[in-house]
Amino acid sequence: MNTDRRHFLKIAGISAFALSAGLAGRAAEAAVAPGKYEHGPNTLHAGRWGMVIDTRKFPSEADYLPLIKACHEAHNVPNQPGPHEIKWMWLAPYKEGFPDDENHYGPEKFKTGKFPLLCNHCENPPCVRVCPTKATYKMEDGIVAMDYHRCIGCRFCMAACPFGARSFNFIDPRIAMPSDKAPNPAYPTRMPGVVEKCTFCAERLAAGKLPACVEASGGKILFGDLNNPKSDVRKALAENFSIRRKPSLGTQPGVYYLV
Amino acid sequence: MVEKLLKGPTRYYLWLLSLLVFIGVAGTAYIYQLRTGLGVTGMSRDVSWGLYISQFTYFVGVAASAVMLVLPAYFHHYKKFKRMIIFGEFMAISAVVMCMLFIVADMGQPQRMLNVILHPTPNSVMFFDMLVLFGYLVLNVLIGWVTLEAERLDVEPPYWVKYLVYLSIIWAFSIHTVTAFLYAGLPGRHLWLTAVLAGRFLASAFCSGPAILLLLVLAVKRMTGFDPGQDALKTLTKIITYAMCINVFLFFCEVFTAFYSGIPGHQHPLVFLFAGHDGHMSWVTPWMWACGCLAFASLALLIPPALRDNMNILPWALAMLIAASWIDKGLGLIIGGFSPNVFETLTPYAPTGSEILITLGVYAVGLLILSLLWKIAIGVKKEAGTFELH
Repeated sequence: MNTDRRHFLKIAGISAFALSAGLAGRAAEAAVAPGKYEHGPNTLHAGRWGMVIDTRKFPSEADYLPLIKACHEAHNVPNQPGPHEIKWMWLAPYKEGFPDDENHYGPEKFKTGKFPLLCNHCENPPCVRVCPTKATYKMEDGIVAMDYHRCIGCRFCMAACPFGARSFNFIDPRIAMPSDKAPNPAYPTRMPGVVEKCTFCAERLAAGKLPACVEASGGKILFGDLNNPKSDVRKALAENFSIRRKPSLGTQPGVYYLV
Repeated sequence: MVEKLLKGPTRYYLWLLSLLVFIGVAGTAYIYQLRTGLGVTGMSRDVSWGLYISQFTYFVGVAASAVMLVLPAYFHHYKKFKRMIIFGEFMAISAVVMCMLFIVADMGQPQRMLNVILHPTPNSVMFFDMLVLFGYLVLNVLIGWVTLEAERLDVEPPYWVKYLVYLSIIWAFSIHTVTAFLYAGLPGRHLWLTAVLAGRFLASAFCSGPAILLLLVLAVKRMTGFDPGQDALKTLTKIITYAMCINVFLFFCEVFTAFYSGIPGHQHPLVFLFAGHDGHMSWVTPWMWACGCLAFASLALLIPPALRDNMNILPWALAMLIAASWIDKGLGLIIGGFSPNVFETLTPYAPTGSEILITLGVYAVGLLILSLLWKIAIGVKKEAGTFELH
C-alpha cells in the first residue's frame, strides 16, 4: 500500500512537472512568435468572394428553406423567434430587402414573393469601420468576419449595418441550443452578449468546401471570385441583369440577385 | 479638502444614505442583467440601442455644457461667472462618470471593455469617444481641484491651469461633436444621417446643461444660502435662451429638408415620432408632442426679459426646457433612429422595468458624486470667505 502510494506520487509529480514545463514552453513560444496562420492544402482562394443568387430558379418561398436550414445547422444558429431572433439567412418581401426600389405596378413576384437576405460582405463595410475593437474585420479575400471572443457587445455594428444583417445574443443561445445538442459540433456555439452574422462560410472555404447555402442550392446560387473575369459569378453577372441591396449607400455589396 | 465631506447636517447624511440604498437596489438589477443578458431590456435585433445609449448621449451634452460658464469667464473675462464655475466643472465630472456607466450598462460583454484599448481602432468613432470622454474627465478633475485648492489657500491658481482651461473649452465642444459623429456617419439611418446633427447636439447641450446647473444652483441657494449673483444668473439665462432658440431652429431645418425634398426615407422617422408609422401609433408620440409644447412654452417664458428675470417663473421655464430637451434627445433621437428600421418596417421598443431601474441607478450615482463634490466646493468657499457675495 505504502509503496503503491509512493509510486503514485512519483508518477503524479513527474507528470505535473512535464505538463507545466510543456505548458511553459508553449506559452513562451506563443509570447515570442507572432500569431500567423497558413492556408490548408484544400483551401479555396479568391481575390474577393461574391455570391449570385438566381431568384428566377426559386419559384416559391419553400425552395429557399433548405438553404436556410443548411446554413443555420452548419453554424448552430439557435431557433428563438421573436425580437431576440438570431438569423444569418432569412426571407423577406422585396420591399423590405430593397426598400429604395419601390414599384407599385411590377410583377407579382415583387409584391408577394420573398427574397433571401444575408450579410452582403461589402467592399466598404460600415460595420468594420465602426467596430471599436476590430472584432469584426475584413479578411484578405473580402469576407467580413467576426471574432466572437473579442466582441464587447456594444452593437455599434448593428446600428451601422444598413442591411440588418447582424444579430445580437440578447439571451443565452445555448438555452435554445445546448452545446451537446448542436447540429454541427465542429462549429462553436456562442455566448450571450456578442454579435454574429453570416461569414460566407469562411471555415468551409478553408476546408475546400463551398458555403452551406450554395451547396444546398444545387447550382442555383453561384459563389466565386468577383475579381476574376472568368469566374462563374462574373460570367453570370455579365450575361444577366442583376440587382443589389441599397447600392446608393456605396458599401458595394458582394451579394447579387438575378431577377 | 476631502475633510469637508465629513461634517454636515443630518439631512445631508440621510440624503447620501438614501442615494446609496437606491444604488444598491439598482445594482442588483444590473447584476441580474449581467447574468441573464441584455434580453431583460426592451431592445431587440432591430432596435439595438435604447435607453442606456440615449442617456449616455444626453449626459455627454450635460458634461460639455460646463463650457458655457468657462468660455465667457476665460475668453471674455466675464468675472461674474467665476463664482459658479467650480459647480459647472464638478457637474461635468459627475456627468462624464454617468456616461461611462451608461456605456458599461449597455455592453453585452463588459468584462472585455479593455479590448477597446488593447486593440485601438482609430477609424472607430467609439474609440475616439472613449478617448475624449476620459480626457475630459481628467481635465475637469485637474482644473476643478487645482482652482478650488487655490481658492482655499487664497492664492492665484498656478499659471499652467489657464492653458488646461483653454484646452478644456475646445475639448468640451469636441466631446459632443464626437458623440454626434457616432450617429451622423451611419448609412441607412435616416434620422441621424444629417450634417446638422452635431450642431443640434451642441445647441441642445448648451441650453439643457446650463438649465440643469442653474436649477441645482438655485436649490443649493435655498439649502445653504450660496448666492451665485444676480448678474451671473441673468447672463446664464440669456445663454440658455439663445441656445434653445438655435436648438428649435435646427430641428425645423431638419423638418424642412425632409418634407420639402419629399424623400420618403427622410420623412419616415419624423412622421413616426409625431404621427406613427403605417397606422401604428407608438407610445412615444404623445411624449414628442409634449416635448414640442414644453419647448415653445419654455421659450415663451424665457424670451421676454420681464418673465425671464422673474425668479418665481424662471425655475418653471428651466424645468420645461430640460424636459423638452430630454424627450428630444433621451427618447426621440434613439427610438426615431431605429423606427422605421433598415427594412422600413416597425419594431416597437419600450424600456423595461429593470432597464429603467438601472438607468435611475446611474442617475443616483451621478447625484451622489455631484453631492459630494459640491459639498466640498461649498465647504471650501465657506472656509476661504468666498461664500458670501461681495
